[in-house]
Amino acid sequence: MPTQANFSSLDGLHTFPRLLFHHAKTRPDAPAMREKSLGIWQTWSWADVADRVRALACGLAALGFKRGDNLAIIGDNRPHLYMMMTAAQCLGGVPVPLYQDAVANEMLFVLQDAGVRFVVVEDQEQVDKMLEVKDQVTTLEQIVYDDPRGMRHYNQVFLHDIHELMEMGRIHDRNHPDFLNTEVEKGHFDDVSVMLYTSGTTGKPKGVCQTHAAFIAAAQGGVQVDKMTADGDILSYLPMAWVGDHLFSFAQAMVAGFTINCPESAETVMTDLREIGPTYYFAPPRVFESLLTSVMIRMEDAGQIKQKLFHHFMAVAKRCGGDILDGKPVAAADRFQYWLGNLLIYGPLRNVLGMSRIKVAYTAGAAIGPELFAFYRSIGINLKQLYGQTETCAYVCLQPDGQVKSDTVGAPAPGVEIKIADNGEVLVKGPMLLKEYYKRPDATAETINPEGWFMTGDAGFIDEDGHLKIIDRAKDVGKLANGAMFAPNYIENKLKFFQHIKEAVCFGHDRAEVCAFINIDVGAVGNWAERRNIAYSGYADLAGKAQVLELIKTCIEEVNASLAHDAMVADSQIHRFLVLHKELDPDDDELTRTRKVRRNFIAEKYKVLIDALYEGKTNQYIETEVKFEDGRRGKVAADLKIIDVKTFPVARKAA
Amino acid sequence: MSRQIGDVILDLQSISLRFGGVKALTDISFDIREHEVRAIIGPNGAGKSSMLNVINGVYHPQDGKILYRGVERKKMEPHMAASTGIARTFQNIALFKGMSVLDNIMTGRTLKMKSNLLLQALWFGPAQKEELEHRRKVEEIIDFLEIQHIRKTPVGRLPYGLQKRVDLGRALAMEPQILLLDEPMAGMNVEEKQDMCRFILDVNDQFGTTIVLIEHDMGVVMDISDRVVVLDYGKKIGDGLPDEVRANPEVIKAYLGAGH
Repeated sequence: MPTQANFSSLDGLHTFPRLLFHHAKTRPDAPAMREKSLGIWQTWSWADVADRVRALACGLAALGFKRGDNLAIIGDNRPHLYMMMTAAQCLGGVPVPLYQDAVANEMLFVLQDAGVRFVVVEDQEQVDKMLEVKDQVTTLEQIVYDDPRGMRHYNQVFLHDIHELMEMGRIHDRNHPDFLNTEVEKGHFDDVSVMLYTSGTTGKPKGVCQTHAAFIAAAQGGVQVDKMTADGDILSYLPMAWVGDHLFSFAQAMVAGFTINCPESAETVMTDLREIGPTYYFAPPRVFESLLTSVMIRMEDAGQIKQKLFHHFMAVAKRCGGDILDGKPVAAADRFQYWLGNLLIYGPLRNVLGMSRIKVAYTAGAAIGPELFAFYRSIGINLKQLYGQTETCAYVCLQPDGQVKSDTVGAPAPGVEIKIADNGEVLVKGPMLLKEYYKRPDATAETINPEGWFMTGDAGFIDEDGHLKIIDRAKDVGKLANGAMFAPNYIENKLKFFQHIKEAVCFGHDRAEVCAFINIDVGAVGNWAERRNIAYSGYADLAGKAQVLELIKTCIEEVNASLAHDAMVADSQIHRFLVLHKELDPDDDELTRTRKVRRNFIAEKYKVLIDALYEGKTNQYIETEVKFEDGRRGKVAADLKIIDVKTFPVARKAA
Repeated sequence: MSRQIGDVILDLQSISLRFGGVKALTDISFDIREHEVRAIIGPNGAGKSSMLNVINGVYHPQDGKILYRGVERKKMEPHMAASTGIARTFQNIALFKGMSVLDNIMTGRTLKMKSNLLLQALWFGPAQKEELEHRRKVEEIIDFLEIQHIRKTPVGRLPYGLQKRVDLGRALAMEPQILLLDEPMAGMNVEEKQDMCRFILDVNDQFGTTIVLIEHDMGVVMDISDRVVVLDYGKKIGDGLPDEVRANPEVIKAYLGAGH
């Protein structure tokens, strides 16, 4: 079990309730939370929040909530739900946020596993889910709801309006004025502060128990690296059950004392973003991507002059924007151009995106395309990446200002130690590690090795600047015949960043060299072909065109060139490829429903093609059965050309 | 449901409506009780929309009496119906396409605005206070109908299903006692229909609004109405609880067709 014994904190503020009451005492009128209600942003000061948390905690106690009880929290990001987290912590209970869009049956496991007695939910929809499973969750006693809409006809005695709970709490507080302070005093930094369930893509979800000390340490580290101050704003719109939201909107807000802003509804997030203009922002790569796409589409509709201006200054930004942000030397002429561009283009653009005030923006969760990443940085938005998982409070690596690279996840965060195991797996140690998996000592023992290292399951390496580079899931990483590491996902991601390539599957485990299957992106390549007057009838036809193959070949050569720069993966350059005659499809079991490649299945199904690639043939005939969406079956046949690709000499030999 | 269905609020007695030689409605009598959901069904051309138009004063029947809360209603204009608490939505959405959702719903408050035009234009004194009050009401409706995300979007840019919802919002802004809905679910997909049903029932339940609706989707009608009246060729051929109407052989023959 990891130890937090060396944990020490200023002023004894080592639990979240103490932090909250500290803010309420020292800066009572500063805004703590905002929520848009009936079209107007309503603000709660730290004193208001502390007052409500006090009432809620006493209310919970009056209902019989005890030290060690788990409180399930289900709903969109609402101030009252965040307050409930602290309320439970005041009493030594553990908040367990659940994903609000799950159906009742998916929640059942977590509710049973956590032995939940108390649930607080957002609205009628969630109440209905709870009523549906109440019989099966034998421990469940009380349900509290935030939004009374539609609840008039529910007369079950175990249902409570949150305002009713606060009223009960205030009475309880008057009758036992010392009760809450004593309870807060009992709180210890090594107590579990929150339980976050892992998504459970492999097997059943597991409850990750994190202590106050762990989350406070993680939050302090992040606050320190990004110099976050109490006057910041964050838009809290990602699921409360997700570790990132808990870190940014709860732990860091408590530590740094900045304001969290809850959007009006899931659909209004973009509007709310513009209205709030957060200083601190987090979004997964796909959000940044769709924002960029919408900008580009609207620019196409703009007038000639605007388009010219836009493209001119975007070129300037591409040339020097990133360097200016990183504080690197830039020629005076470029600096002037950038200043002008900032006035005319970048500033207004940031404003439209709601990012005018952003000091730090983070993305994580998936690989982000280098172009996309560079775009935001070039227009002056300090977009960075971080790396972490539920088990590490989403706090392992951060990109410090001035050392941002698109292909690494940054340097180890303050207090975190990183080691790469012999099989390439990333091992992590630090104060932010989980205490345990709830009621699963077996799982805890499996993921934390005897020396106290947490095994992330990700494969990666540390580059020359000391930054961690994640390449793949450890279990997918193989070895080439010469013993060099082979990380298929890493290469495939590089390929997929080209707009012309939709899917790629690389092979190379136990082989002398790497070969690839490619799926072209019909939209992008089709458009490319049309502009060159290349006629085609459909995917298979387009995929077989000599010009298209030449196009893909240049893409792959670029990837090879970039792989050659990296000693660790230089041997994984692609030697030969073919463009598949059909698109990989979940209906044919080639992709999962979340569109991940099912590598082994594909290897089996297209064995002839793989053999042909490695035998050095120039073409191969194949016939494949396909399922159409209406359930009919058909056959596609093609004679696929196999193309050799130029490889590059390795820049530096692997040690 | 615990909502109490009250006394007769609107009583239509022997209504006949003719356009020249065409008999749109012939000797139709039925009543509407307070807080109920009352459906009018019938094949195309049965006279359903004419019936609604009679209720809110667009058409004036040649024969028959209309008692509103026990008092016989004189010949009246639509705005008079509106000021007595009858609101409606239209089969073909009647919104201002170029105006935002917020402004469209605000138009539903017109009848409630008391201060004079000049003060309103100057945004001064009582007019300012009044508008804030109306805006709050409108925001409550926006919240109720879950259309916060399109508050400032021009109505013309919205998909059909949402326009229908805005239309409902505009009618609700009047805080009506009787809400007439002319095919609120026409042209919607299943999900939009479910949403609309939920909103109609919520309106009925939370505000106690009496609802009169015309609808073609039999599933919807049978599910959400308390009582159903059936018209065919301008005549009433059935009236009663959904199950009674469904079992009525004449209704089956006229409306549902022989095959059902």
